[in-house]
Amino acid sequence: MTRLPTLFRKIPLPPRAGFLPAAAGLFILYPFLAGDYLIDIAFFFGIYALLGLSLNIVLGEVGLFDLGHAGFYAIGAYTTAILNTQLGVPTLLLLPVSAAAAALFAFLVCSPIIHLRGDYLCVVTIGTGEIIRLALINNPFELTGGPNGVFGVDFPGIGDFFVIDSSIKFYFFVWLVVALSAAGLLRLQRSRIGRAWNYIREDETAAAAAGIDVRSYKLLAFVLGAGLAGAAGNIYAAKLMCVSPESFTFWESCLMFCIVLIGGMGSVPGVLVGAAFVSLFPEIFRPFAMYRMLVFGTVMILMMMFRPGGAWPRRRFTPAPDELSGGSRRNDE
Amino acid sequence: MRVFLEQVINGLTIGSFYALIALGYSMVYGILKLINFAHGDFFTLGSYLGYTFLVFGSAALTSRLGIWGGMVLVTAASALCVALVGIGVERAAYRPIYPAGRLPAVVSALGASIFLQNAVMVLWGPRYRAYPAELIPDTALAWGGIHVSLLQLVILLVSFALMGALYVIIQRTLFGAAVRATALDRDTASLMGINFNKVILFIFTLGPALGAVTGVMVGLYYRQISFTMGWNYGLKAFTATILGGIGNLPGAMFGGLILGLLEMLGGAYISAAWKDVFVFLILILVLIFRPTGLFGEKTAEKV
Repeated sequence: MTRLPTLFRKIPLPPRAGFLPAAAGLFILYPFLAGDYLIDIAFFFGIYALLGLSLNIVLGEVGLFDLGHAGFYAIGAYTTAILNTQLGVPTLLLLPVSAAAAALFAFLVCSPIIHLRGDYLCVVTIGTGEIIRLALINNPFELTGGPNGVFGVDFPGIGDFFVIDSSIKFYFFVWLVVALSAAGLLRLQRSRIGRAWNYIREDETAAAAAGIDVRSYKLLAFVLGAGLAGAAGNIYAAKLMCVSPESFTFWESCLMFCIVLIGGMGSVPGVLVGAAFVSLFPEIFRPFAMYRMLVFGTVMILMMMFRPGGAWPRRRFTPAPDELSGGSRRNDE
Repeated sequence: MRVFLEQVINGLTIGSFYALIALGYSMVYGILKLINFAHGDFFTLGSYLGYTFLVFGSAALTSRLGIWGGMVLVTAASALCVALVGIGVERAAYRPIYPAGRLPAVVSALGASIFLQNAVMVLWGPRYRAYPAELIPDTALAWGGIHVSLLQLVILLVSFALMGALYVIIQRTLFGAAVRATALDRDTASLMGINFNKVILFIFTLGPALGAVTGVMVGLYYRQISFTMGWNYGLKAFTATILGGIGNLPGAMFGGLILGLLEMLGGAYISAAWKDVFVFLILILVLIFRPTGLFGEKTAEKV
């Protein structure tokens, strides 16, 4: 495990990171310049970024095909909706609770299936995602509200003192969570865990031979990924104030899959590009009405033709000699 | 017992739909290791083309060729068109991406699926379409109290004939041997003089054509078709492929039939609302205990 002090070291920045302050400035100014509609689009961009980051842990870092990720997202959203409407637990407090519920669920479901390889694992995750969605529709114990879902989720806030109730506040809320997650994941990539994950992705047998506990590391990826998706579900439920099964279909899982691959496997900035593509593209091409999804499909094919590694692929990290002996880190990634 | 047998026949009917679609998935997967997401949409396209041919040509066709002759012609025409689309999709969306590896091809396949699905929506409109009623005489046959409709019987016969034909082509002909060799090891097969592109052409003709035939049969059986139905059938058929063992054609056939049976019997005896949950649970249980599917071979891990 990562020793605590290393967690507080500087986050490695990509070279030519000079545009980062500019981008950050634009992000802060944006909601004051744009109308509510444009702010909401940026909010959903943030949600997809969060979902992309969560699937990126499983698919991008470890190379496990997960086409049922919408299930974990649904668990988070429904945990929030049910606990808030039935028991009146504050929505903001439910953010970690939802993440934990989704993570626990992933642990229980994935433990028996984690030994499956490649596409067999893929199909089991599809099955799990579908089972969750169908279960939500069938309204077990009168909890999930069937096809209509659950209504009346409260806005998150700290008492009555500060309530996130407007588009601008939700925008900052979701992007704060995205920024924190992205920073955490960038740290994780460079840690012992991240390197073990990448080793498993590149060659599972060799990783096992080198003494990596493949099973535990894979489970950890699922648990972390599901937790982050659960957190995204919480924010989504809070923003929409209601949840319904149709938001968590197989299609949604496929979209997350595309975010990671269009951006570039295991690349945090790539995930942002991919999320921007799937969330902004259909909005930008709204004037094309029924032809826009035709264009969307075509562009997906073209992107894979011209940039098969993704729009912003992860650069291979080559440690400097002094780093191998445990010396100071260079920020060369 | 009578109800049970009728449910078994219903299950086999649905199962043969899944099996025919699953064959397309399995063939492509066997050769290219690619989950061809667009395959479900070939099925939808076939169904809509069959609908158009029937609506605009049924009077002329049935008067000359009789009902069954017209039906065969419509199905064959739809299968031919979809086969051409299948070859086109392979050329445009998959071939340029093979060198980049497996995962980009998955995204490309999803893109092709979105494209086809929305092309159907643009061409035929977003609403449900209904196959013309009473094309096929609504005769019910009965043996010892078990009722089976004529249409069901024909669907079962056609499905099993097609599956049998494909099995013979793959297992008994020289070309079939070439396909199996390519599935086993593409590079070695190429070195033995097998033309990889011909094999690809073959699977992308036959797979979509089988899907189109299934589409017409589903249209005749349920009468109502929608542009999104390929997604659902595709998901089930892909599940069937895995259940049987990926890339194993008899496995895909049995996987489809078993899936259809489970769905019908689960719906009849457990709960109609939970039948799909039941199907996926069985799938997961099967994979936990047999990680390469029911008929999958134990393969040694590559080191």
